[in-house]
Amino acid sequence: MGDKEKLLEIRNLKKYFPIKKGLIKGRGNQVKAVDDVSFNIYKGETLGIVGESGSGKSTLGRMIVRLMDATEGEIVFEGTNIEHLGTRQMGAFRKEIQMVFQDPFASLNPRMRVGQLIGEPIAIQKTFNKKERAEKIIDILGKVGLTAEAITKFPHEFSGGQRQRIGIARALTMNPKFIAADEPVSALDVSVQSQVLNLMQDLQDELNLTYLFISHDLSVVKHISDRVGVMYLGRIVEIGPKKNIYDNPMHPYTQALLSSIPVTNFDGKREKIYLKGEPPSPSDPPKGCAFHTRCPNAFNRCRIERPELILHDDGQSVACHLYSAPFTNV
Amino acid sequence: MQSQQINKEPSTIDVNDSLLDVKGLKTYFYMRHGKTAKAVDDVSFSINKGETVALVGESGSGKSITSLSIMRLIQSPPGKIVEGSIKLEGKELLALSENEMSKVRGNEIGMIFQEPMTSLDPVFTIGSQIVESLMKHKMMKKKEAYKQAIELLKIVGFARAEKIVKEFPHQLSGGMRQRVMIAIALSCNPKLLIADEPTTALDVTIQAQILNLMVDMKERFGSSVLLITHDLGVVAEVANRVLVMYGGQIVEEAPVKDLFMDAKHPYTEALLESIPNIDEDVERLESIPGTVPPAHNFPQGCRFADRCKYVMDICREENPKLIEHNSNRKVRCFLYKEEGGFLSGG
Repeated sequence: MGDKEKLLEIRNLKKYFPIKKGLIKGRGNQVKAVDDVSFNIYKGETLGIVGESGSGKSTLGRMIVRLMDATEGEIVFEGTNIEHLGTRQMGAFRKEIQMVFQDPFASLNPRMRVGQLIGEPIAIQKTFNKKERAEKIIDILGKVGLTAEAITKFPHEFSGGQRQRIGIARALTMNPKFIAADEPVSALDVSVQSQVLNLMQDLQDELNLTYLFISHDLSVVKHISDRVGVMYLGRIVEIGPKKNIYDNPMHPYTQALLSSIPVTNFDGKREKIYLKGEPPSPSDPPKGCAFHTRCPNAFNRCRIERPELILHDDGQSVACHLYSAPFTNV
Repeated sequence: MQSQQINKEPSTIDVNDSLLDVKGLKTYFYMRHGKTAKAVDDVSFSINKGETVALVGESGSGKSITSLSIMRLIQSPPGKIVEGSIKLEGKELLALSENEMSKVRGNEIGMIFQEPMTSLDPVFTIGSQIVESLMKHKMMKKKEAYKQAIELLKIVGFARAEKIVKEFPHQLSGGMRQRVMIAIALSCNPKLLIADEPTTALDVTIQAQILNLMVDMKERFGSSVLLITHDLGVVAEVANRVLVMYGGQIVEEAPVKDLFMDAKHPYTEALLESIPNIDEDVERLESIPGTVPPAHNFPQGCRFADRCKYVMDICREENPKLIEHNSNRKVRCFLYKEEGGFLSGG
């Protein structure tokens, strides 16, 4: 993994949301949605990010595509820190970095025809004339498995799976290098999910794309990713090659998460780890390790000191005192 | 026509161990432009006492309309139960007056819905909502009901139940609200619990807690469960028997293990292959081309024909019947002839 070329470097990324006083009671005055997250995304890979609701995975995705400003930290894309860039300077990078959204019903303007929806980014770039633009649109529609007839139709005339294809087509128009997909198949029926997953894989091979794939569905993430990061309360608790994470999860949260998935396998039913309680509120996270309130292995140190994400064998990093040396070395 | 499969046992025994019998249920929706959506089209099944039956299907398959029909909660117009029979312990629910039916709801059939936020009233405390149900259905006095409410909340896993009764729904998380819903549903000790996507809105770790709770509660109260879900993992986890719905009809019925080990209907088979399995690595997922046909425009023949990889000429002309297959299974497909015969194509 180490010798692979980095496409994106995320360094100490933070996003704190202020809480309005008087509206919500709370001791803290900000929600730490993403709290000091660092990792790399390598060229051509799919990095899956899993986590439960409120873990900060969507906020992370939105910051990386610069739909949202970070509170602190760096996003380095091919050597340039794009975090602080203004709208104009960002322009050149926008076409490299695209996003596919969860809800294909809400993310497409219902009043625009598909041709306009897909053609808009091309029109803004002004590099093609009208005829070339039309050809390009047909070409992209073909790539996602839709016919040219779609151009004159409105989004409501398509099913959920087809709409997600349109969403993907729109992301592809600028020939991006990187696509962040936030729960791209969660709103789809199971029989349609696999169509979209297969399409994303085909496009990745064909166009040499790099994906950040955000999902709460561990099975889907396992299927599509090369590496997987697990988030809990705004932090990455474990990250590494897919095989390690799923076969040998180190963090107690990852272990519990994996054991919670209902399986359709009757031979080797796994032992379930039932976590107590619910994830704490990100506005008032526990001291020390954020997971210690639900962790079956928690000991004294976990309540006091926050564990750092430490690299172990084979590219697998984990933030847990069970694996750290008796004293922390950064 | 298809009802003969049910007549295997003499009706006296049938009544004894079966709790719910649905026969030939048809629920249609009459749409404004004159079209008829056959949301549920000739559905027959039964649920035995103490059994958990899962009704699986994609959106638009008719699974939720089936459960709403059982509760007689179909809004009319546009919807209407056109035909069929729904018997709860031999009592015909479709013949009851609205008044009588409202006594069945809550008392004999409890329900849990997908979104616990919208099914709890935001302006009443948790306690008062449970108390209301107990006073109405169990004729309890207020004080008694209040005590019982705290007891029920403890049963569904609230350590500080005395506090929770005074709280409002918005103060609870999704998983906690779903626990409250389960407490309300169980407050009257119903014979049948209908759970419509009970964990779909929840995170996996919370889902595991709630499923575990449902299994515990089922054993404790001895109720039968009709679980409606699109999640095959959840089915494998809690169900005894599975009904697979497609296009308003049941296309396969089997004990849970048999279904996952050896799916008969091409739809079930394709569905199982199209979900990524956490225990297996595949390069590429199977996918089912196309989409579910709309309920107002089903094809003439088999409703799955257009997406089926084994499709034959006859499939486009005639809709196959749900036939019995090895005594405990049923399948609606021309690939299968009665009693275990497998024709071709597989």
